[in-house]
Amino acid sequence: MSISNTLLGLLESGPRHGYDLKRTFDERFGHDRPLHYGQVYSTMSRLLKNGLVEVDGVEAGGGPERKRYAITDAGITDVGRWLATPEKPEPYLQSTLYTKVVLALLTGRDAADLLDAQRAEHLRLMRELTRRKTNGDLGDQLICDHALFHLEADLRWLELTADRLDRLAGEVGK
Amino acid sequence: MILRWCRELGMGAGFALSGGRPGWTRMLLTALGVGLGVMLLLLASTAPTVRDAMQDRMGARSPVFLEEGEEAGGDALLASYELTGFRGTMVSGLLLEPLGDPEAAVRPPGIDRIPTAGELYVSPALRDLLRSEDGALLAERFDEASIVGVIGAEGLSGPHELHFYLGTDTLSKEPAPSAVSSFGEDRSNSGMDPVFVMLIVVIIVVLLLPIGVFVLTAVRFGGESRDRRLSALRLMGADNGMTRRIAAGESLVGALLGLLVGACLFLVARMFVGEVPLPYGGVSPADTVPAPLIAASIVVLVPACAVLVTLFALRKVAVSPLGVSREGTDRGRRLWWRLVLPAVGIAILAVLGGGSASAADEWAIVTGVLMTLTGFTLLLPWIVEVVVARLRGGPLSWQLATRRLQLNSGPAARTVSGITIAVAGAIALQMLFSAVDEADREATGQGPSQVQLVASSSVDSSAEGLAFARGIDGAEGVASSFSILRADLPLVGAEPDSSGRQERRSVVVADCAALDKLITFSSCADGDAFVAGADGDGDSFADRGDASVVRPGDRLDLDNAYPGTGVTDPRPWDVPRVEQAGTREFTVGETYEGLFVTPSAFPVEELSDIRSTVLITLDPRVPDAAEHVRNHIGIGDPGLTLHALSPDANSTEMAAVGDALRAAAIVTMAVIGASMVVSTIEQLRDRKRQLSVLVAFGTDRSTLGASVLWQTAIPVVIGLVIATGCGLGLGLLLLRMAGLPVTDWLSFVPLVGAGLAMVVLVTLASLPSLWQMMRPDGLRTE
Amino acid sequence: MTRTDSAESTGPLLTATRLRKTYGPTAALNGAEFTIDSGEIVAVMGPSGSGKSTLLHCLAGIITPEGGTVHYRGHELSAMSDAQRSKLRRGDFGFVFQFGQLVPELTCAENIALPLRLAGTNRKEAESCALEWMARLEVDDVRSKRPGQVSGGQGQRVAVARALAARPRVIFADEPTGALDSLNGERVMELLTTAARETNAAVVLVTHEARVAAYSDREVVVRDGQARDITSATAGIA
Repeated sequence: MSISNTLLGLLESGPRHGYDLKRTFDERFGHDRPLHYGQVYSTMSRLLKNGLVEVDGVEAGGGPERKRYAITDAGITDVGRWLATPEKPEPYLQSTLYTKVVLALLTGRDAADLLDAQRAEHLRLMRELTRRKTNGDLGDQLICDHALFHLEADLRWLELTADRLDRLAGEVGK
Repeated sequence: MILRWCRELGMGAGFALSGGRPGWTRMLLTALGVGLGVMLLLLASTAPTVRDAMQDRMGARSPVFLEEGEEAGGDALLASYELTGFRGTMVSGLLLEPLGDPEAAVRPPGIDRIPTAGELYVSPALRDLLRSEDGALLAERFDEASIVGVIGAEGLSGPHELHFYLGTDTLSKEPAPSAVSSFGEDRSNSGMDPVFVMLIVVIIVVLLLPIGVFVLTAVRFGGESRDRRLSALRLMGADNGMTRRIAAGESLVGALLGLLVGACLFLVARMFVGEVPLPYGGVSPADTVPAPLIAASIVVLVPACAVLVTLFALRKVAVSPLGVSREGTDRGRRLWWRLVLPAVGIAILAVLGGGSASAADEWAIVTGVLMTLTGFTLLLPWIVEVVVARLRGGPLSWQLATRRLQLNSGPAARTVSGITIAVAGAIALQMLFSAVDEADREATGQGPSQVQLVASSSVDSSAEGLAFARGIDGAEGVASSFSILRADLPLVGAEPDSSGRQERRSVVVADCAALDKLITFSSCADGDAFVAGADGDGDSFADRGDASVVRPGDRLDLDNAYPGTGVTDPRPWDVPRVEQAGTREFTVGETYEGLFVTPSAFPVEELSDIRSTVLITLDPRVPDAAEHVRNHIGIGDPGLTLHALSPDANSTEMAAVGDALRAAAIVTMAVIGASMVVSTIEQLRDRKRQLSVLVAFGTDRSTLGASVLWQTAIPVVIGLVIATGCGLGLGLLLLRMAGLPVTDWLSFVPLVGAGLAMVVLVTLASLPSLWQMMRPDGLRTE
Repeated sequence: MTRTDSAESTGPLLTATRLRKTYGPTAALNGAEFTIDSGEIVAVMGPSGSGKSTLLHCLAGIITPEGGTVHYRGHELSAMSDAQRSKLRRGDFGFVFQFGQLVPELTCAENIALPLRLAGTNRKEAESCALEWMARLEVDDVRSKRPGQVSGGQGQRVAVARALAARPRVIFADEPTGALDSLNGERVMELLTTAARETNAAVVLVTHEARVAAYSDREVVVRDGQARDITSATAGIA
């Protein structure tokens, strides 16, 4: 996720102070990983340099966090371009799990146990997310669902692999 | 416990009533089905009441004649039965003449006074007939009488009876007038012809069995959705007993509603019962009251049967929380026990066939017929299953139908079994019927060839007798006539019996042409005498009194007036040499056996008590020739009788019963057809989704329509084939028992035709709902 | 309504040992083990045809296994009569299936009242209780509609209300969201688990969807007719 594009997008609804930007970002998108102030300022200075934002005003009391930023027309165009560009779907072709399973088979370890352990771990996380979702607002729900669907996809892969372990063992053993 | 049961039955009833629109439709159909059955049962239950009422009224109007020598009271009147016919319908009446004060005289029920000479009281039906154009010819017979009143219903057997009371003043001039002291005699059940009893019994069985089957089918409407419901209940913790009781409660509601509907239908049908032309004057609505005991048992048994049938039907069904499974679906139906019942039934009838049917055997016959018919009904599902399992190939519609039937042919077979009983019974009865009819026809046909009417009158002299004969000979409609005089002569030298009666011998005087109608001989010339009916020593006549054989040399007294009616003046006459002649069977009227003489061989003019008989052949060119002859003879002469020998006039009642039987069988089929429409629609509704899928595949209407046709036709055709076989077999057994030959092998044709017509009608009636089910919105799930 | 009360209520609520059940040549269950405590929600997962539903049916006493035992509060189910097991289903167990468990002839409210009425509660009381449950599951607007007239989600919620109405100790849910889209399915799961936790009812939840299983406390996987407790297996590794 691009922090600069996100912060720029947040500014489009109106000028904000740096600390204000950080708080809004954390509320909406931060969840697990809140932004550092440093990240905010370095991003802002880069955006200033590129002419995508401008300093709208400075509050008395000094300090870099007192600057108020506003988006420029070029910035608005940039946000629009970013939103319109589809994200590249992840191909997920380099899977650690697959590697682990093949290695387990090659070394004569129990791949099914590995898969079950992974499955339990996935489900544990899913339970946690489900709990959070149940207690959270719509934003929480959407974010958790995103994660849940991905985890579910992994889980399906785990199930499918577990069902085809014998065949895989045969092919690996050749 | 009882309370619990009641609550569960009540819950079932609640389900039945809260089923929403489809539930209500099903409930109403069940109620209608049961109701139709109940109506027919209730109508049948009125039979004893109707018969009793009829017999009571017939008894109440029977005149009680005074015994010979008994003193007539002041209220006595003279009466004489008068029977005439009109185009095959019997017209009965009584000639009345008061002995003293007409006001004081006894009178039959239904009239408010004794008609004076020339006055006529008629039944409403007779009044209508006499006034109508059709009855003009009959009205001529009553020409001199004026209708002064109508006989009330209390004096008639039924609303259509043709009955009259004619006032007269000629009865007192008769040589032996019969006085009546009162009206009303106890007519207890007279012994009935066993064949007739058998007919009635078989008719009742044949008509009631399909109704029973039908009622039982009706309470099982909607079985499939009920199964789903029960299984849901099981999941929620209803145990087996509860489930059964809830199901029983459901069908109980249907049956109770059916009783109500049936009672209403009965009340409606009762209003129109007077309009139905039934034999014996019809039935009046007032008489159509169910016999209390039978009605009570209908009220109790129909719901009880509904509950029992439901429980029985569930017996083979395992209702588990996950669904309903039927036992024996993969095992197939067993044959052996289905064979037991018809085999025993046939055995009973076959064993009975040896002897003649006696009263004690009636129950055995009923049992045999019942077991045979119900036995074949039990056999039907097995046969349908076996036949259907072997069907394959054919066009798509045929394939759809046969596969569906292979999946579950039970409901189809059950519905058809009602038809099978009705048709098989009707075929058997029809065979029995036409044989009885034919036997009667042959019996009458054996009378003097071409003789259609026999008129006879008591006369005082041979001259009077010849005048009577001449009068008839000239009447309109008579082609030819043969005059016969007959008298009973006392045997001289024989001792009078204990009651003072002299032994008598019958002498018939006629010319050779007339004698030829009565006896068979090799040659005849005037002056010959014959004896017929004797077998040499005369033993066969031992109990025939006056008709006993006469031998040459016997001395008869020409003074044949009965003692007490005149002065005795013995004039002996010796029986001359006689030829032996053969008798002709002559079932209607008098028995012609004894001495037959040509006119010149016998001084007939010396006799005083003679029966003058005229054998009449009718002129086929004159329409209503017989009616003209009857008009010529008229009514009002008590000594005069007229018998019709023509078969058509004689067999109308039989024909009426036969028609009624066929009609009843067809009505039964129609009712069953209606129930087949219901079950077909029911089944279509259950398969709504599958139908929509078939339509979505692009199956066209005609294919689905044809598959519905096959689905109805296959079981019905199998049922009809079995019914024909079973009916013919049963008919043969019954005929063997009655000792009659088979006369009508094709009796099954109209009934089988009606069955096939029904298949088409059922299909046509189911098509609209099929089209409706085929709309693509059926694909939507709940 | 009487519950099968007994002194053994301290042990696990429902246990199954070495269950065996075959359908023709295929073994649906082959030595499956299972246990659930009061108030616990256990997901039973596994590929289709693995015997998940058969396990549930055995646990609920709907079908009798050919081998092994099922104990409910210390009583062996297969030793009970049909009437006793029916009584158990009436009072102690509740059921939510994928579809088809509602009586189509009855209104939704009447459907919910049905188990109470089967247990002998009078109609008024049963229906007012049903209305309470409908309100809790947010379907009180369809109370007088028939199952055929409501949406799939509403129907399943009615089914959940019906399963809960008799306050059972165990709810057996077999693919309760199988016929629903994910949004409706999750709402049903949320309502089901919340209500179950509030009434301290155990839930045996058969599903093939991980996201549905995520509403459980614990997961059991049925594979080749055998049930494995994945959660405790991980605990063993860790």
